Parts: sequence; structure tokens; C-alpha cells
Amino acid sequence: MKIKEILSVEEGKKLFLLGNEAAVRGALEAGVSVASTYPGTPSSEIGDVFFNLAQEAGIYFEFSANEKVAFEVSTAAAAAGLRSFVFMKHVGLNVAADALMSTVYTGVRGGMIILSADDPSMHSSQNEQDNRIMARLARIPLLEPSNPQEVKDLIKYGLNISEQFEIPLLIRTTTRISHMRGIVNLGKIIAVKKKGFFKKDPSKYVVVPQFVVQMRKRLQEKITQIQKITEETNLNKIIDTGGKELGIISSGAAFNYVIDVVQEMGLKTRILKLAFSYPFPEQTVLDFINTVDKVLIVEEVEPVMEQGVLAILGRYSINKRVYGKLDETLPLMYEFNPDIVSSGIEKMINGKLRERKQLKTNLPLPLRPPVLCPGCPHRPAYYALKRAIRKLRLKEEDIIYSSDIGCYALALQPPYNMADYCICMGSSLGIGSGFAKTTSQRVIAFIGDSTFFHAGMPGLVNAIHHKEKLLLVVMDNRTTGMTGGQPHPGIPIDGQGNPAQEISIEEVARGMGAGLVKTIDPFSLKEAEEVFIEALQFEEVAVIITKHPCAMIINAVGNKKGEKKPGYKINQEKCNCCLLCVNSFTCPAFFVAKDNSVNINSLLCNGCGVCVQVCPKKAIEVIK
Amino acid sequence: MKKIYKIYLIGVGGQGTIKASTIIGEAAMKQGLNVVMSEVHGMAQRGGTVVTELKIGDAHSPLIEEGSADLLIAFEPAEALKALNKINRQTFVIINSSPIIPFTISLGISEYPEVEEIIKELKKIIKNLLVLNAREIAREAGNIISENMVLLGAGVASPEFPVDKELIIQTMKENLPLASWEVNLRALENGFKKAKELKINLPILN
Repeated sequence: MKIKEILSVEEGKKLFLLGNEAAVRGALEAGVSVASTYPGTPSSEIGDVFFNLAQEAGIYFEFSANEKVAFEVSTAAAAAGLRSFVFMKHVGLNVAADALMSTVYTGVRGGMIILSADDPSMHSSQNEQDNRIMARLARIPLLEPSNPQEVKDLIKYGLNISEQFEIPLLIRTTTRISHMRGIVNLGKIIAVKKKGFFKKDPSKYVVVPQFVVQMRKRLQEKITQIQKITEETNLNKIIDTGGKELGIISSGAAFNYVIDVVQEMGLKTRILKLAFSYPFPEQTVLDFINTVDKVLIVEEVEPVMEQGVLAILGRYSINKRVYGKLDETLPLMYEFNPDIVSSGIEKMINGKLRERKQLKTNLPLPLRPPVLCPGCPHRPAYYALKRAIRKLRLKEEDIIYSSDIGCYALALQPPYNMADYCICMGSSLGIGSGFAKTTSQRVIAFIGDSTFFHAGMPGLVNAIHHKEKLLLVVMDNRTTGMTGGQPHPGIPIDGQGNPAQEISIEEVARGMGAGLVKTIDPFSLKEAEEVFIEALQFEEVAVIITKHPCAMIINAVGNKKGEKKPGYKINQEKCNCCLLCVNSFTCPAFFVAKDNSVNINSLLCNGCGVCVQVCPKKAIEVIK
Repeated sequence: MKKIYKIYLIGVGGQGTIKASTIIGEAAMKQGLNVVMSEVHGMAQRGGTVVTELKIGDAHSPLIEEGSADLLIAFEPAEALKALNKINRQTFVIINSSPIIPFTISLGISEYPEVEEIIKELKKIIKNLLVLNAREIAREAGNIISENMVLLGAGVASPEFPVDKELIIQTMKENLPLASWEVNLRALENGFKKAKELKINLPILN
């Protein structure tokens, strides 16, 4: 399938879509006019698809500076009567939370869907927060799809409910839904309304105390009304396999494991699948509980529905055993899978687990942690900085490397060991400032170009204002790298591929008043090292921008043009096996063969050629 | 066909495992079969282990239950060892004998067993093992980057593979760049042929 087929294939046909691709088709079939995001795994591909087809579909799409701005752009569109769609990873909703909490109060006119892609087990994230709790905190209705078809359908359904009740809706996916592929039946794509009109009404849109008191009441009324829908909708349905001893309540990806396990084990049971799960359909749940002897709740990550069920049992003084996370029938953390769910059910039914045979080996399993790619511009930047530090005879324990969210945090691996602290987007600067103020250690902060615009700028203002002794290295690889290469405010194109105003990080830093600001190309190792030596001796905030495009971009552009990458080889006569390239520079394309000779894996080498500067024996040569 | 046919693919970021899996899934859909698939994106793709799981048939979740995969395609020999929990003695296992040595080896923080050692070990525990040098076959076809199509071809040649080869080829055409089409097709065919040749020496399936 080509990406454009998500737009071009007509109603009645089928496509094999990723959950994230199905989300875009849902938006197209629902007539969404405006979509916005800040990229974040596992939601990133939604934006990548919009980037490819928004223009053609007549939708306005943008990669916003951060999730809060993305949220606000979509909120305004909805206030102007257009349908909007904002999506982000789960922790992105933290950044947007300030706007979320109040948008639920003001409400919307056009439908608005917020998609939060949660990441249980933290495949690509810093925590595994369960944003179903965020739904309850904000009082925003919540939909939980179980597969790509449902992702598409629930976006359409949700936009109708959103418009009917003038409230945004939250869709919570998880990695196993966002990155699940399945067959999706396509519906009709409807025409997009281009421009909205904002009808003024401060009592609805200005959250000052004189108005919010009323808004709060109206929100409660909406939730009460929507609860009637969650009680009646056939999105919340019972699957009966012919038993009443055991009832299982589940949602999202967890439901898939339940139904597969029930079929595999031939269990006679009743399953309540909740796809419209907040406001919690209490009567539906109560009626369901009354038809079974005991109840098992299968949900990822927090015991949210389980607590809801226990509350209902308590209120009606019903004495029924509830199995779930709280009694440790199922694990309290991480994502589930069919084996975890079947173990839970076995434990519940038999009180013990059946023995499982597993194939085993005693051979060592090589570790394969994610690494900076061959040709990555971050590697020479770190390499040059490391050399500057050694030349100045600074001790590693006297340096704090305050890193940030992005590929460059991979420098935490040996031999670089250059990420000591990293908690969230933009934290390198705030954390760095705190360390600069409270220790005598030298603080070096790293931030990517996209992250700089996202949440780094307030931190830099703060550091400059407070005259911190801090070296900030902006690792400008001209893209949002870790999420697959999306544009950001420092790039001259926007989310639809149109020309955009490029913001210069160097000018921003100068404008803020940083005393030393320099841009270098990290591919020139010697020059980079000299600039770092100067910056490390600077007594206030120094900003060094290491600017060179990400290897993935260079590859993509080169492939498009049909260019052949230069190849490199080791001249074995010159090589003295000092292993600087292998052990200090650590480009993954290098390997030591069985005969102890150093070699370059041509499949992995990206042809950047920086290693030529690293080799003291000049043994690395271009293949002619 | 079995009620649910389960395929587990494991490799290293950049080897094209996701592409190969997507082609299988799309082709299965074209054949009128139900299919679900799970893939890995993001951080893990930076040279880390990449896993995709496919279930063809009446399944809701693509995640394969322990020890129940019907077909394992390991794009890298040592990665095959990491998939042992998903397979059983009867699983049909295809292994690319071309290793990708991670940087942790030269740094001495991890060990990489000899490829011969890995194959010997797998032969002990698995009945149906097919080893081929996919990188070499891809090189002969025109480009080592087509390694994934060699392995896909070998997968298609496996005994109970439920999707028609012709549909796989048609789907490849829709998913791969036109410029490299001939190399990719040759890679698939050579992988298929090699697997058929090698299989003669395999014990009978039970």
C-alpha cells in the first residue's frame, strides 16, 4: 500500500492499516478540517500520514511547536465551528494539560477529538501513565478502541458526540493499537469545511471566575447526559460464550487478549467490552455483575475500571468477588499479552498455574541497545566535546551532563556516558540550571533542535537571566529525529510541505542575551573541538549549536535522487589496530573480524566519512 | 490451513522486517483471510531488536502466545535465540546466517556466540531448521539491501505457509520502489528456490 491510498481508495474497499493510519482515514471520513500535533511515539505516524496527504485532502495540518500549542490550535478551530483533531503521545497530554482542563469547561462548537497514544511497558517513553485517569481528572468523555477499524470508527462517532454535546472527546490508544495493523473497511470521505466563523461569547470562552462557575455546572450536566449514552450505546457490548460463573470486563488492547484466550481455552463466560468507558456506565456494569458469579477486570495500566466496579459493589452492598490488579490476579504494571491474561484466568479458576514448557539456551544473548546511527551528526559532536574535556583535564565526576528527550540521549551508552539526567522535554535546561546553582560541578546541557523549540526556550531564558555557568549544546540535526523525521519551527517547511518561516536558534539565543553563541558543523572534528574548548572556559551561559542534518534525512534525500553513498574501507597495511574507531568513536558500522582486523560493514555504513578524521594512521579510505 | 497461523519475525533495525511483514499481511488480506499484525517503531529501531508478529485467521490480538509460532523468520542468527520463548520444537524456523555484530561486543560488555555454534544449538532443539545466507543471496540478486526479500521468499516456501506466492509478488510490487523492483523480485525468487532446495534434507514434519 502507498500512503496516498489512505485518501484515494474509495468507500467499500479494504486496506491493511496501522492503527495510526486508520486514525487519519477516520478524520477524512468525518470531515475534519484542522489537525495538529507534536510528534511522539507511539502517535507519530498519524502526523506523517497527514504530512503526506493533508494538502490534497484540503485539510489544514500542522506540526506545532509543542503539544499545548497543537491543542490550542485545534481548540480554536473547534470554537470556530470546524471539526478538529489533535493527537500526541501520552506524556504530550501533560504538556497540553493546562489547555485541556479549561477547554472541557468552555466546550466547543465543531467536533473535537484528542487522541492520546499511551505507551504501556514504555517501549519509547519515560513513563507509562494511564491517561484514562487524565480523562477522569478533566471530566472528558473517553473512547477506547481495540483495533484499527475501531480507531477509525470511534473518531467518526466521537466527533458526532462532541458536536452534539459541545465537548471535546478523548480517545486513548496504546502502543499495541497504534502500532497494530489490521483490515479496515473504508467508508465515504466527506467534503471539508474550509473556514469557520467564531461567534463571540465571552461567557462561554473566557475562563474568568465570574464565568467559570457556570461553566463548571454546565460541564457536570453534559457529563450526566453523556453517561446516558454510555449506558445505552452498543459500543459497550456483551459477548456471551455460554457461561455465567465468570464475567470479564475489559477494554482496549486488553480485550483482544481476553477474547483470544477465552476462545483458545474454550471458556464459558460473559465478557463486557467497554469502548465508551467514561463517563463510566455504572448501570450497565451493575446489570452485568448481577448476571455472573464472579468478576475479573482486565485493563492496562491502572486499576481504573476495577475501582469503578468496587465502588458500585460497595454502593449497592453486593458481595461478589472481584479479581483484577488490586488482588494481584493480574500484574499492577506493564502491558499485558495473551500469556499474562491466560495466567491470570488460570490462577483465578484453579488457584495455580499450569506448567509451561519453554525452549531454552545457554548460549550468551548479545545485547543490542538502541544506538546512534552510522553517519549520525551527534556522534562527532560528542566525540569532539569529549576530546575538549580531556584537553582541559576536566574530571568526569566534576561534570554533569544534563540531557533531554531525543536520539542524543543515546549518548548515555558507553563509551560516551554523556547523559546523567533526563526526565522530560526541555528539562536539560531547568535541571542544568538547578545543578549549576546548587553544585560546583560543570554543567553541560544537551537539547535537540525540535526539543529546543518545544520546551527548551523558557529554560534557556531562565538560565541566562540567572547568569548560570552552563554550556548548552543544541544538537541541531535539522529534524525531529527520534520520531522519524518531522519538520519543526527551525525548518523552512511546514506540516503540509509548504514553505515556512525558519526560526534561527542562533538568533534566538543571541536575542535572549547569551554571552557566547556559536554554530559549528560537527563533521569538522578539529574546529568543533576548538570551539568546545573555548565554550568550556566561558563563565556564563554559552550556546554551541552543532548543526548537521540527520543521517536519515541525508539517506532519504539521496535515495530519492538515486545517489550512491560513498563507501569506506580499511587499508589493512596502514591500520595498527589501535581500535580508536571501534572503541572510542563507536560507529556501529565498524567491527573486528575473527582475525582481529578492523573492518567496515558496507550494509551499515552511511558514508559520512567522519571516521577518516578519527583515524591517526589515515587507514580509512574511500572506495573508488 | 490451521485455524490461526502465527508468524514471528525478528531482526535488527534497518533490515526491513516490517516491510516484509506488511507484505505478508496485505497479501493475506487480498486472499480473503483475516490478518492482524504488530510492529515496533521508535527508539527500538535505532539498531535495536525489531520484532513483528502476524496472525492469519480468526484472531483479535497479533501477539503470539508463548511457544506457539508456526513460522519463525530470524533475520539475524543471534536474534533467533531471543525468539525461543515464542516457538516450539515443531515450529518451522528460517535463519539468516549473516550476523550483525552489535557495538556491545567490541566494548566487551556483551558476548556474541559463533554463528556455527548458534546453528548447532538450534538444530538440537528445533526439528525444522532452514539456514541460508540471505545477505549473500541478496548480493547475487543485485543488492544486499534486498536481504529481507530473500527471507520472505524462503518463508513463502515453508510447508504450511498460507498465502499464495503470486499474491505476495503482486503486493511486493505495490509496496517497493519501482527502481529496485527487479532486484527485489530476483531476491524473493532466489530465497524461495534456495529454501526449496534445502528443504529436501529436512526431517518430515509431524
